Formats: sequence, structure tokens, C-alpha cells
Amino acid sequence: MSTQDAYPIDVEAIRADFPVLDRNVGGDVTTPGEGEDDTEPLVYLDNAATSQTPKAVVDSIVDYYYSYNANVHRGIHQLSQEASVAYEEAHDTVADFIGADGREEIIFTKNTTEAMNLVAYAWGLAELGEGDSVVTTQMEHHASLVTWQQICKRTGAELRFIEIDDEGRLDMEHAAELIDDSTEMVSLVHISNALGTINPVEKITEMAHEVDAYSFVDGAQSVPTRPVDVGEIDADFLAFSSHKMLGPTGIGVLYGKEHLLESMQPYLYGGDMIRKVTYEDSTWEDLPWKFEAGTPSIAQAIALDAAIEYLEDIGMANVQAHEELLAEYAYDQLNRYDDVTIYGPPGDDRGGLVGFNVDGVHAHDLSSILNDFAVAIRAGDHCTQPLHDTLGAAASARASFYVYNTREEIDALVEAVDDARQLFA
Amino acid sequence: MGTGSDMYRQQILDHYKSPRNYGELEDPDFSHTGENPSCGDTIQMDVKLDEDNEEIEYVSFTGDGCAISQASASMLSERLVGMTLAELEDLETDDITDMLGVTISPMRIPCAVLGNQVAKDGAKIYQGELDPEDYGETITEE
Repeated sequence: MSTQDAYPIDVEAIRADFPVLDRNVGGDVTTPGEGEDDTEPLVYLDNAATSQTPKAVVDSIVDYYYSYNANVHRGIHQLSQEASVAYEEAHDTVADFIGADGREEIIFTKNTTEAMNLVAYAWGLAELGEGDSVVTTQMEHHASLVTWQQICKRTGAELRFIEIDDEGRLDMEHAAELIDDSTEMVSLVHISNALGTINPVEKITEMAHEVDAYSFVDGAQSVPTRPVDVGEIDADFLAFSSHKMLGPTGIGVLYGKEHLLESMQPYLYGGDMIRKVTYEDSTWEDLPWKFEAGTPSIAQAIALDAAIEYLEDIGMANVQAHEELLAEYAYDQLNRYDDVTIYGPPGDDRGGLVGFNVDGVHAHDLSSILNDFAVAIRAGDHCTQPLHDTLGAAASARASFYVYNTREEIDALVEAVDDARQLFA
Repeated sequence: MGTGSDMYRQQILDHYKSPRNYGELEDPDFSHTGENPSCGDTIQMDVKLDEDNEEIEYVSFTGDGCAISQASASMLSERLVGMTLAELEDLETDDITDMLGVTISPMRIPCAVLGNQVAKDGAKIYQGELDPEDYGETITEE
């Protein structure tokens, strides 16, 4: 094997764990699954939207439903106890994975968006008011941007946006200007889902703490792709989604420092989050259950546990190294074309995704042509409409990579992009 | 790898690169705009009727966006000439995809039908069947 062929991880063995990577595409889309008219091998480069699922994760779901499906925290019977233990231990696994102090700091939500909304409603509505400010960035996902925008409208707080420079990095001088004594919260994305920028979340958190503000880190793109330690960042809140890290949809995570979560009122009321209820009043269960009202996503929590186990077997530092290798390779290959504009920082300093446009080709046309080549990418505004206004592009194409992707798949992407260039030339 | 791009046969690329009847009419009988938010496509259709106000005499369009939306509007601007407003009202999605001559994937249908929907809504506003207050702009979505 030459150095060119070497990967930091055993990609071939990993690929064998993902049945979907064997499927062909190209045919009728109205019937799900592979059909006779699907003839081209899938090249899946849309991992920043959602990742694929290894057998071990699907097996954990099957195992739960086939052998210990029961509601949690309710029954004295054995199945309920088994399900409760597995569900609760999933919190411990997540806590270990991101360096939290314990399950009290890990709240399961539906996704990153709900985790954002939980803090915005439970903390923001109670604490924000006229004269306060929330500082965020120009590159936020709508999950963060729209949430803070609307909470600020309701509370009278001011929402401020840290600007980005020509390479898609945060203007730190502007950040220093915006984060002042009025600031109560600094909410920023760790890795931009549109630009691939890796933001200095530790530094920004430090700046927030200097003015007694809290920091909320959107880890949707970072937690799946690199080691993230909440202790090192010292973030007050961190959110991420299972389905971008080999787990199922329907479950996300809110990390919060225990004393903050203790001080916050519940966001959703109902079963499972209460300790004592009378007709007149109620008291709340301990953390994290206080914030997990109703029957939770039990199978999904157990499957997230399995996904984390799978990622830890690979090693998150290795996952990061593979991401960086593919991002740089894709950046360099696409950057050879003068009529291809790549957004964000250079190839050697970005998360595992490349957002780009081809002159004269709308991103959706590009995506359709790539689809004809069996290459799955995302095209659109990537839930970052204001950022696209700043970039001066209605939409962009985005290829995003994960542990099972190869240089050959990026070659297929580049070949298809070249075909589109020529078609529209 | 793939066999090329079925959705982008020569005719569509030709209309995209060299749009027909591109521009604004000086005194249209009606003019209407629309948007397909998923692609950010915009289209304005200007229509001039014959002296009986029944048959379409001239059509022009302006717009910005993906090849499917712009080529479809360009082809439609030729197709509509000589049609009555009643015939325009009967134009369905299938007629548009037939006109384009390619299979349009479900996600791209809003792009393909944008020009047609703009022309139809414009005609209905002109005929007093739609309130322009409610239909200031046509939106096509999946």
C-alpha cells in the first residue's frame, strides 16, 4: 500500500458494517429501496445532513424491541427494569463521551433543534429582557438563529451577529466588540454546516464568561466528527443530534452544567418529569428527568449508546484525522477548477465538508446532475439563509464526509462536477 | 458511472442558455411574479392579449434561478402564444413535463411548474377570479 492509499482508519472494514453502502441507485424514487432499475453504486456524501447506520446500531434497536421493549420508569416488572437501566445508562455513555460530570448533565431531546429551544424557552424567556443581549454569529444554523431571534423578539433582548471574514472565519475583533456587559448568552456553532469553519469555541466561551454570560455551543457537526470535551471548552450548554453520528433519528442531546439545569424550570410538563402531583401543584423529578417529560425515545437512546460505542472503537481522534484527510483532498480536487467557488477556510483547516458553487450552474441543477452520477450531496441553503445572503449565493452545493468515505468517492464527485461544468459551459 | 444527465437534454440547456422572449413587455394586459423558495427561483411573466382580450398574443418573462425553472418559462413563453386564457387555465403539471420532454424528479417539479403557475395566477387576477391582495406573488412548493 502506498502512502496515498493509507487512511487513519480501516475504511474497508468499516464499510462492510453499513449495508446501505452496497446499494445501487438511479431508478424510480417513488418506491423506497433498491429496485431493478437502480444500477449505479451509491456514493453517499451527504453526511452533514444525516449519517448512515451500522449493523451494530440497528441490531441494538432490534434487540430492544425483540427482547426487552417496555416503558421506562413505570413498571416493577422485569422488562421495564431492563429497559430503564439501558435507557439511563445511555445517559452515562453520552456523559463519558463528551466529558460531562454525569447523567444529571445529559438531557435527551428530539434533536439539536429541540435542545436549543429547551434552553431558549426554559432559560431565555425567564432570564432575558430589555437591555440584555444575546450574541451569536452570521454562520448559525436556523436551529440557533431563528430560536434566539424569536426569543429576543419576545423578551426585548437584542440579538447581535459576529461577522465573518473572507475565509468564513469569525472576526474576533468584532466578537470582542459585541460581547459586553449587556450580554447574557453567547450562542455559536462549533463547526459551520455550510462553510466547514471550525470556530474557537473555547476562546469565545472565555470571552462570554469574562462578562458573566453563558455559552451555548451547537455541536451538531463537531461532536460526530472529532473529540469534544465540555470540560475543556468550559461550555455551559452543548447540543448535538444522534442521526449525524451513526445513530437513529428522533434523539438529540442537551448537555448543561448541573447547577444551571438545576436553576431552570422545566420546558415540557407531563409524566416522568414529576415527583409529587396534587390538584393544586407539582414538584419536579431530579435531573435529567426533570427535562424529559413523557415517554422518551427509548430504542433511540439505546441505539445512540451503541453508535457511541462504535465510534469509540474507531477512536474520535482517528475519525477527525479521516475527516480532515478527505476534506483537504476534496478541497484540492475541486479547487483546480477556476469556475468552482469553494466557501469557507482553506482545505487544511476545516471540518469534513466542502460547500461550493460552479459558475453558471444553480446548486440544485448541480445536485440533480450529480444524482445522475449516483453521487448524493446536499444542495440548497443548508438552513443558513442569512449566511447565504452574506455570501451572495441563493444556494450552494455541499459534499460532506464520514468514516466510510474514500478518495475514490470524492473522485466520482469531481468527475460529475466536471461533467456539469461542461454541460453548462 | 452515470450515463450523463437525463434531465438536462439539449433543449433545456439551450433554453436556459438562450432564453426566448426574455424581457418585459411595455404595456402588458397582465404581469405577475412568483417564487420557488426551495431553489430561490423567481419568474415574472408579462402577457399581452389580442383585441378581444381572449387569446394570448405576446408573452415575455424575466427571472433568475435554476435551469429547469428558467428553461420551462422560456419554452412556455413560446407555447402560450395563440392560446386562449381558458386553455391556459387547463395547463397541468403533466403538460409542462411533456413540454420539457424529460422526466422531472419529484423534488424539482416546483421548479418546472413555476412559470406556468405564475401565468395562470396572473390570468386569474386579470379576470377578477383571484384577489391580488392574497396572490401578490405565486409560490410553488413541493
